Amino acid sequence: MSKILKITGLEKTYTSGNKQLTVLHDISFEVEKGQTFSIVGPSGSGKTTLLGICAGLDQPNAGNVELCGQGLNSLNEDQRAQLRNKNVGFIFQNFQLLPTLTALENVSVPLELQGAKDATQKSKILLEKVGLGDRVHHYPSQLSGGEQQRVALARAFANSPSILFADEPTGNLDEETGEKVIQLLFDLNKENGTTLVIITHDLELANRTQQILKLKGGKIVTNQLTSAL
Amino acid sequence: MAWRDAKASIVRLLLFMASIILGIAAVVSIQLFSTNLKDNIQRQSKNLMGADFIIDSRQVPTERAQAIIDSLQPDASEVKFVSMIAFPKNGGTKLVQVRGLEGSFPFYGSLDTEPSAVSGTYQESGGVLVDATLMLQFNVNPGDSIKIGELTLPIAGALKSIPGSSAFSSSVAPPVVVPYRFIEATQLLQFGSRKEYQYYYKVSDTINLKQLQDQLEPQLDLENADLDTHTSTTNRLGRRYDNVGKFLNLAAFIALLLGCIGIASSVHIYIKEKLRAIAVLKCMGASRLQSFLIFLIQIAGIGIVGGLVGSLIGVGLQQLFPYLLKDFLPFTLVISITPAPILIGVFLGLFMSVLFALLPLLRTWYVSPLDVLRVDEKASQEPTKIRLLVFGAILVFLYLFSLWLIKEPLYALAFVAGTLITFMILAGVALGFIKAVKRFFPKHWNFTARQSLLNLFRPNNQTVVLVVAIGLGTFLISTLYFTKDILLSKTEVGQTSENANIIVLDVQPPQLDSVAQTITENSLPVLNKIPLVTMRMHSLNGRLVNELRQDTTRQIRGWVLNHEFRTTYRDALTPSEEVVEGEWVSQINTNDPIAISISDNLADDAKLSVGDPVVFNVQGVLMKTTVGSIRKVDWAQMQLNFTIVFPAGVLEQAPQFNVLTTSVPDDASSAALQQNLVSNFPNVTIIDLRQVYTLVEDILDQVSWVINFMAFFSIITGIIVLIGSVRTSKYQRIKESVLLRTLGAKNSQILQISAFEYVFLGLLGSLVGIILALISSLCLALFVFKEPFIPSLIPFIVFLPGITLLVLVIGLSNIQTVLRSSPLEVLRREA
Repeated sequence: MSKILKITGLEKTYTSGNKQLTVLHDISFEVEKGQTFSIVGPSGSGKTTLLGICAGLDQPNAGNVELCGQGLNSLNEDQRAQLRNKNVGFIFQNFQLLPTLTALENVSVPLELQGAKDATQKSKILLEKVGLGDRVHHYPSQLSGGEQQRVALARAFANSPSILFADEPTGNLDEETGEKVIQLLFDLNKENGTTLVIITHDLELANRTQQILKLKGGKIVTNQLTSAL
Repeated sequence: MAWRDAKASIVRLLLFMASIILGIAAVVSIQLFSTNLKDNIQRQSKNLMGADFIIDSRQVPTERAQAIIDSLQPDASEVKFVSMIAFPKNGGTKLVQVRGLEGSFPFYGSLDTEPSAVSGTYQESGGVLVDATLMLQFNVNPGDSIKIGELTLPIAGALKSIPGSSAFSSSVAPPVVVPYRFIEATQLLQFGSRKEYQYYYKVSDTINLKQLQDQLEPQLDLENADLDTHTSTTNRLGRRYDNVGKFLNLAAFIALLLGCIGIASSVHIYIKEKLRAIAVLKCMGASRLQSFLIFLIQIAGIGIVGGLVGSLIGVGLQQLFPYLLKDFLPFTLVISITPAPILIGVFLGLFMSVLFALLPLLRTWYVSPLDVLRVDEKASQEPTKIRLLVFGAILVFLYLFSLWLIKEPLYALAFVAGTLITFMILAGVALGFIKAVKRFFPKHWNFTARQSLLNLFRPNNQTVVLVVAIGLGTFLISTLYFTKDILLSKTEVGQTSENANIIVLDVQPPQLDSVAQTITENSLPVLNKIPLVTMRMHSLNGRLVNELRQDTTRQIRGWVLNHEFRTTYRDALTPSEEVVEGEWVSQINTNDPIAISISDNLADDAKLSVGDPVVFNVQGVLMKTTVGSIRKVDWAQMQLNFTIVFPAGVLEQAPQFNVLTTSVPDDASSAALQQNLVSNFPNVTIIDLRQVYTLVEDILDQVSWVINFMAFFSIITGIIVLIGSVRTSKYQRIKESVLLRTLGAKNSQILQISAFEYVFLGLLGSLVGIILALISSLCLALFVFKEPFIPSLIPFIVFLPGITLLVLVIGLSNIQTVLRSSPLEVLRREA
């Protein structure tokens, strides 16, 4: 199977005053195309930093990131943005919807950025899939947390990404709503054949993915396959 | 706690402060300038007049007036009149004010000449002092000659300044000082010429001038003479400049108001962001007063420091005013710094920032500790009653402050109402635009254009404030431009049509044919020959003028009773006249009742209607007339208009002089004609209207410079409000941009979204400002200037794109930080 994400010898250091703080140290791993993959670890272990670097939102101090066959280190900001627009989907813990846009408009954004002509139609279908067919013209402030995360989910799949990064997708939801969202996430993922990379505290959720990478203090503790295979 | 909290938001608080600094600076500088001006006028009052008091008369003083003048023993006297002079050296001619002086005038201040010694010797040496600028213009030097009427005299020196003349009045007819004993020989004081006799007095300080004035004024009035003391003259002068000061003060106040609205808007967003923190404080036991005070102290601090900084800038700025207004001031302004305006500045800073920030500040009072769990904006809103109370307080303060500035209750009310309406229109348009965009959202536009439109009504948007700020600045500048246009178009009409542009005055009847011949010999047409007959009113509606003068209950304006009317006679109306009442009588036969036509302003001032009897004193002969018609006269037309017109057949035999008009195509033919006329007919006065047009343009330019300077404060304040708003929304922009970038937006797309947003704001604000200016200028043209209004395109093709570009540049100045922000950092902060 081909690799959609390939991380080699990743280092990330932040400078605070005179002090150097190493957040990620010698990280290497690979994610297969179509695989479900989770990154777990305690707070401050470098999970979100790692996700940011994997998605080209930030750059490492050392090491290489290859996403969808392209080395991110050689791309500039706009080229990385284009790569994300074509191949990457995101889901955030706090939903990150644009408050000035309706649910439908929020879902359309990645398609609109591509200049797609059937953006509205495609977005409507996605919203129906996540059960929000009757809330398309609602603004984020008019939706509950669970509904907002479902809009984010629809948005994440709008550009038919090859890989989807989800950062604590149920962190701001109650257990029942969270479960519904996760189920939806896995269903859509299966339907679209997308690679899924989830960051979570929730070991139960992690166990539903095919591979778990455990981080602690910026280093990989374990990287093993699960029974979800 | 207030300080600790402020430290974290110091940059934003400093920006709030910047909004009011310029407004305060403007108010303080103008206050200081006005105070200095008043002080200077008071201090220099004797120097301005050059004497303790003056008696003046616009005719040779009557016997009784002369007796009064002589009994007081004048220390100097003068006769002044406007006339043409010629410089034989180069043939140059010019309209000047001839001042025939006798005695050692001025007694105070100085006659400033070059060389300086001639001011003391010109009377004895028999030389003439010629305005310094005039000498430069015609390239003449001391020792050259000047021809005044029939007399040629040597130029003793250049006149740099003389009490009673400002650079401004000198530009119309520059002064030429001649020893009095030569005046008769000039033969310029002929019948019909306008002249003024002045008698200067120097008295001891113990004499009560007010008492003297009260005692002599009524007697002199009856003799068509007048007594002016140095204090009454300077009071009049002071009042004139006071009006300019009031206007400038109001303009400064508008800039300050704009700044305060900027503060209110910024504080509103600032407090909104702090609501959760305030709820946390309340959870931990902070009382409502404590949490309110934390932010009140911050705003008060901003107000005091802003007031202080603004006052200091104001002190520096006022040094500019003497330069800006130097041509309007008849003296050198000595600037000194007084504490009162600075204290006013600090008080204004404190009071206005607190007052305008009060509404958003009150939200801290009503924040519930429950908001820690969920901020419910509506729940923490202050009650309507409190909001109305604060609005009421703001309006009362605005009124009181305007009243203090202009001292006229009705004008202050009109100013507050006018300002309020302008602000409301601008805000209404902004709100209407937002609603219209929501309702008719252009769904077919591309993503970036749509997203930028959406940003105009994003949460915490400042669209309304920005449209008000940009619109007000544009409104002020455009109104100024349009108004100047209306005024200048009047003069242009005169220049472009085949109207007369040279007027030859004081032509005596025997000279009439030869003057006309001289004009035609110069290949120029004689457009009009207008006879002029001078007369005074003897009685109105059966009541003697002398009797009316003493009647304190009369409604007739004083000038009517004292004025020497220059009337004409003709059988037809001119294009600038229109009969509005009665019937125009063109000609009458001997023994017919004489039906005259009067202008509507004279009818108002003299309380005359059609059919009313008026008796005139025509050079000692009483002539009974009745008002036959009332005319509306367009005085703005630069041609000879008359308040009183007699029908043909009455005044033909009366002592008269004439006015001839012609039209010259260029400067060269004007100069040639003037030279011919002045050398052959030294007594005639020639007015070149083209020079007057240029002068009007110069005056308007200077006045508009001052007004532009004040509009500049509003514009700069608007820019600061804009910068403040851009900074306030910076974090939100970063968040949105980062999210879009995460979703794959390119930098150029993000840049486009912001650029479109600022272009919309700039276009909307400046367009509304220009349209409002267009409407107000149209009203001014229709109701005040009574002129057709053809708006210039300049505001549309220069101001509109210019201001929009400015807004765009300021808006995008912030975007680099937005574009450089690390997405991960922002997303992490959000989490």
